[in-house]
Amino acid sequence: MKLKTLVAALAIGLGSCAAVAQTNTGPVRIGFITDMASLYADIDGPAGAEMVKWAVQDFGGSVLGRPIEVLSADHQNKADVASSKAREWVDNQNLAVLIGGTSSGTNLAMAGVAKEKKRPFISIGAGSARLTNEDCTPYTIHYAYDTVALAKVAGSALVKSGAKKWYFLTADYAFGHSLEADASAVVKANGGTVVGAVRHPLNASDFSSFLLQAQGSKADILALANAGGDFTNSMKAAKEFGITKTMKVAGLLVFINDVHSLGLANTEGLQLADSWYWNQDDASRKFAARFFEKFKRMPSSLHAADYSAAMNYLQTVKEVGTTDAAKVMPALKARKYNDFYSKGTVRADGRMIHDMYLFQVKSQKESTKPWDYYKLVAKVPGDQAFTTVAESKCTLLKK
Amino acid sequence: MEIFGIPLQAFLGQLMLGLVNGAFYAMLSLGLAVIFGLLDIVNFAHGALYMVGAFAAWIMLDKFGINFWLALVLAPLIVGALGVVIERALLKRLYGLDPLYGLLLTFGLALILEGVFRDQYGVSGQSYPVPDLLSGATNLGFMILPNYRAFVVAASLLVCLGTWYLIERTRLGAYLRAGTENAPLVQAFGVNVPLLVMLTYGAGAGLAALAGVLAAPIIQVTPLMGSNLIIVVFAVVVIGGMGSILGSVITGLGLGVIEGLTRVFYPEASSVVVFVVMVIVLILRPTGLFGKEA
Repeated sequence: MKLKTLVAALAIGLGSCAAVAQTNTGPVRIGFITDMASLYADIDGPAGAEMVKWAVQDFGGSVLGRPIEVLSADHQNKADVASSKAREWVDNQNLAVLIGGTSSGTNLAMAGVAKEKKRPFISIGAGSARLTNEDCTPYTIHYAYDTVALAKVAGSALVKSGAKKWYFLTADYAFGHSLEADASAVVKANGGTVVGAVRHPLNASDFSSFLLQAQGSKADILALANAGGDFTNSMKAAKEFGITKTMKVAGLLVFINDVHSLGLANTEGLQLADSWYWNQDDASRKFAARFFEKFKRMPSSLHAADYSAAMNYLQTVKEVGTTDAAKVMPALKARKYNDFYSKGTVRADGRMIHDMYLFQVKSQKESTKPWDYYKLVAKVPGDQAFTTVAESKCTLLKK
Repeated sequence: MEIFGIPLQAFLGQLMLGLVNGAFYAMLSLGLAVIFGLLDIVNFAHGALYMVGAFAAWIMLDKFGINFWLALVLAPLIVGALGVVIERALLKRLYGLDPLYGLLLTFGLALILEGVFRDQYGVSGQSYPVPDLLSGATNLGFMILPNYRAFVVAASLLVCLGTWYLIERTRLGAYLRAGTENAPLVQAFGVNVPLLVMLTYGAGAGLAALAGVLAAPIIQVTPLMGSNLIIVVFAVVVIGGMGSILGSVITGLGLGVIEGLTRVFYPEASSVVVFVVMVIVLILRPTGLFGKEA
């Protein structure tokens, strides 16, 4: 009896190591794992899951004669929770595609699972450029933005506007580290210097100590390499301690929800990089109006990307006539993406190359209606915004 | 002049900031200690009540134009009343049972309160402006201290001292302490013990709300602000000695300072240093720094 149990346990252990063969029957399941309730839940979260469902609904609810189901889960910003959920869905639910929401640590973990299980993985809300650089896999597509693009678009604009000596306040995990490293490279390439950095724990409660250290550095600019609640709290404290008077304070990853919750009085003039803005054209405004109708706020770029990615995946599956990753992945990489979110292509390393935008937050006077927050400063073509083929360490890119 | 490679000025600045954070730890752990000391309830809803206090202040300002100073009085009263309702409707039924039940109940309450606010306001939260009277900053020579933070330290010390005095030095406090030692006997003397217990929980909730209102202008008012803090505050109470009022106040301030200094010397460890201290204290003194031997 004991032996039987042991053998069974071994079998389960071995079974979970091997890639599970995908069956082409039953529902087509799209898995979406993101931060549903913590500091990143407003920029993506439950509304992001809803966007994937909207895409399914608008697509017609079925593909290849099979119904489409959306599974969603909260990873609580824990990499192990994300990867075990992804694993469970592939093993027990015959998952067709995995979509990753916010937080780089969780997305890097999910990319590993997707590679092992041979399933397409579309990362939306995570920032770390490692996903398509040193940690690239044949199954990962990085859809919306990454830390390199933030650094190249927002970082270089800041250096050019006169900020030469940089100090970083960095969230102490994969995303913050990537952003700090990528931004440092851009600063140095543009003739600036990095005089120091301090790293704070994710979801920190108080930023004043870190800010005081930044103040002592005599840098021109304090760059906030964090996001969501961490960004808003550090921005607020910077204002309170008068740091904004002696040095420029800039967020390297700012979402419209952050601007909304801080208010224009606290964010006026801030320059930021993003992949999409609700008020950029008619198609975007139409999507935004629909979003506002349901959620009483405007969508972030991630919400738009969630919808766009799910929709493009389903169209690709329909075109190739299978959910088999071996056929779907090449098709996703050959596809011309063209919708309200963006126009672009996916490179061999999985990086979706599309235009990025440099926005500036309007002053209270300039803002004429609710959520009218950004004015466009520059549109940066995708080949200049993202990691170039020459810079890339990804072996999938033929050089 | 330098201390451990850090300029003296920066060192003093960090000490000061540590005190500000310590003031919050002290005020929150004080409420926890009072509730635990007198009711034997591990109040896991404390962080949520703190959050509700901050939101109450924000809602008052946003919807009714009630200013900070009024909110400082009204929000604790409202949340205190909520505490009374919680005690009467729920906690009362758990007295005499294993403390674990109280812990589970209050933990559940915390999740519900957080969920309701998250549903209503999202996690990004709301900005509460610093009151005009306290805006601006004072140059202390070694650092620029926002006036509001100085006010927070003063206010919290006042509240802590007041609470300590009330419980340890007044007749009411004596009834309270006696009531928790031997309720039937005190009742026999004509003291209404259930009323005292109810008011104690209400007061503890009010203290949490007061800390919430004080925190609102400093940090973003979000549904998560309580849960981010509550675990640290529990550690403070454990280190200070469960139920010890003075212990939790001193420990709160001390740990704030230790945490602040960790942020300078080894920032990556700043979120765990409190727990490292807790482990060391528990090994050396299992009842906490100021706890009485069981």
